[in-house]
Amino acid sequence: MTHAAASIALLALGGAAVWIYPRSILAFLVFQCALLAIYVARVPWWLRAALLAFGLLVMMPVIGGRNGYYLEVATQVCIFAALALGLNIVVGLAGLLDLGYVAFFAVGAYTWAIVGSPHGNVIFGGGFPLPAWMFYVFLLVGLLVAAITGVLLGLPVLRLRGDYLAIVTLGFGEVIRVLANNLDKPINITNGPKGLTPISRPPLPYFVEYNQGFYFLVLLIVIVVILVNRRLEDSHIGRAWEAMREDELAAQAMGVPLVRSKLLAFACGASFAGVMGVVFSAKQIFINPESFTFLESIGVLAMVILGGMGSIPGAVVGATVVTVLNIQVLKGLSLWLNELKNAGTTILGYNLANLPTQLEPAKYERMVFGIILVVMMIVRPQGLFPARRRQRELAHLGEGTPPAAPPS
Amino acid sequence: MDLQLLVTIFPQVLLDGILLGFMYALIALGYTMVYGVLEFINFAHSEIFIVGAFVGVEILLGLKSAGLLEAIPWLPVLLLVLVAGMAASGLLAVSIERIAYRPLRHAPRLIPLISAIGVSFFLQDAIRLFESIWRNAFNLVYPTLDVLNRRYDLTSTIDIPLKSVVVIAAALLMLWALWALVNRTKIGTAIRAVAEDQAAASLMGINVNRIISLTFLIGGAMGGAAGVLFGVQYSLVNPYTGFIPGLKAFTAAVLGGIGNIPGAMVGGLVLGLLEAFAASYLSLLTGGAFGAEYKDIFAFSVLILILIFRPKGLLGEVVRERA
Repeated sequence: MTHAAASIALLALGGAAVWIYPRSILAFLVFQCALLAIYVARVPWWLRAALLAFGLLVMMPVIGGRNGYYLEVATQVCIFAALALGLNIVVGLAGLLDLGYVAFFAVGAYTWAIVGSPHGNVIFGGGFPLPAWMFYVFLLVGLLVAAITGVLLGLPVLRLRGDYLAIVTLGFGEVIRVLANNLDKPINITNGPKGLTPISRPPLPYFVEYNQGFYFLVLLIVIVVILVNRRLEDSHIGRAWEAMREDELAAQAMGVPLVRSKLLAFACGASFAGVMGVVFSAKQIFINPESFTFLESIGVLAMVILGGMGSIPGAVVGATVVTVLNIQVLKGLSLWLNELKNAGTTILGYNLANLPTQLEPAKYERMVFGIILVVMMIVRPQGLFPARRRQRELAHLGEGTPPAAPPS
Repeated sequence: MDLQLLVTIFPQVLLDGILLGFMYALIALGYTMVYGVLEFINFAHSEIFIVGAFVGVEILLGLKSAGLLEAIPWLPVLLLVLVAGMAASGLLAVSIERIAYRPLRHAPRLIPLISAIGVSFFLQDAIRLFESIWRNAFNLVYPTLDVLNRRYDLTSTIDIPLKSVVVIAAALLMLWALWALVNRTKIGTAIRAVAEDQAAASLMGINVNRIISLTFLIGGAMGGAAGVLFGVQYSLVNPYTGFIPGLKAFTAAVLGGIGNIPGAMVGGLVLGLLEAFAASYLSLLTGGAFGAEYKDIFAFSVLILILIFRPKGLLGEVVRERA
């Protein structure tokens, strides 16, 4: 009961804080923590669902109306949550460390960017950009193209052991980025480092403001992705993946078709990234190869690791924490430091105006990713929200009793 | 296609390739030694390498601002910088192992790899942070030593700067020293024993932890030396420069057969040559359709092909397969 009251109170407090101080990043953080608190609080499931739905479907758009930047943060969080869920299949469930995951994201993004911008004329002749409603068709096309790319990558690397696989996928990610960067000749496909713009945005119902509508669209996709993930996890193929992760030889002996399972894992993971790539290019209107660097791949990996490998809520929470840190907290810190510098504030007798100009907290996302990865591996390798199966395994190790049969 | 041009630039390209190859070979040693002992890709090695380059540039800039750079002959300066870079990188490698890898020694394979990626990313920004506070700039340029830039004409069309000779000589010397250390000394025997079987080695009275630290020290020191030489040769360093050469060096190590010291050299040379030729000839041969930008793709394709068709590398893997 106290949990219920506390979570409602926190949600109300967060909402009120953002309403009163629309420009305060701390207020928005309180709101985000309130959503997390509701998720972990011991309340009946219907209350949790209702509160989360209220927070995400009603309060978030209203907050976004107060300060559009927060809606941007929420949309980014959703995009990265879907990416993290996709990588979670490859790394978390199937145990294949993919360091070039962002390549599939790039494939999806370029798929829509080329046909959804006037650049299509350069390649195919006339008739581009395609009408904006084709975006919804290309969600599927992006999915397919990325899945095929995933299989193409999967085929040659099937035989590789874990760490070699990691390096090859890394190389693959770089190859895709270099291709995107240089395929402006002999045929101009990607327009090179200059990137593609303007990319059409999907038509949305008129009764909501456009950015809010886009937020709902992305949220809807994330919910679908979560549902698909949950169904996959406990399916035949999901269990094959987990068996493969734990012991490849044993899994093969039990009749798990390794080749098919691995390819399916790559294809599934890649297809989520492909869909989100289409969404991303429509959201940004402009894309260039800079958005698809190794840094992004590691960012998504950090999300999966932070939340807990193989755990769906973990991937979502990890994506939220990392994205918020990156685009909200670090940026906020940078702005704040600049304001202090410009005001010439003195702290402990040191005039902040003397701080080196190159010192910008916003530029240190690698450090954040690095610390997350190292600390999590040493202190809590199972992540913040470990997968249920892992939890059961660990509990079982502690008590020395056989684990309960998994719910059927 | 200009055949005359292809032939004329051939020796120069060959030279560039050899130079690049030795650079890769030196970096590859760090990967190969650690992999040989722990069967683990030390992803942070590219940053250990670039730390060497930064220590070198800091010392040279320090000497320059003290006005000593021109006063001292170039050889002692270079030796000082090399030793400092090696010491810094070696110690860094040992402390990384202590903090980030040792607690994970018995964890599943992917766990230390992820930790290593984390260390690598952390170090990149840590260097940037330090240099931003210290110099308010993190793209640094090696001060030039005029003597090192003196060029010697080999023929009428090719010349070689002294610094390239120094780089090749230093690389050969270090490769030989390391090979001798591993194959001819008691410490080397201990290292090979730990690589073979840690439990049995410890039963034979070998301090496994100390040998692993030593491996990181030696590999890191080689990386540091490579960093300094890299800086001397190519002059421009920034905290993120190390990443791609590191990746290529790893490719070189795999190409030659990971865990294999002569293999690292062979792999480095092959990769360096391939890359140099790709960089200069690709655009000539394809009529400008594909340019030097594709040399990285070339290197990665080589890696993928090797892993598919000859996963044990050109000279064979020395490490035994762990069940």
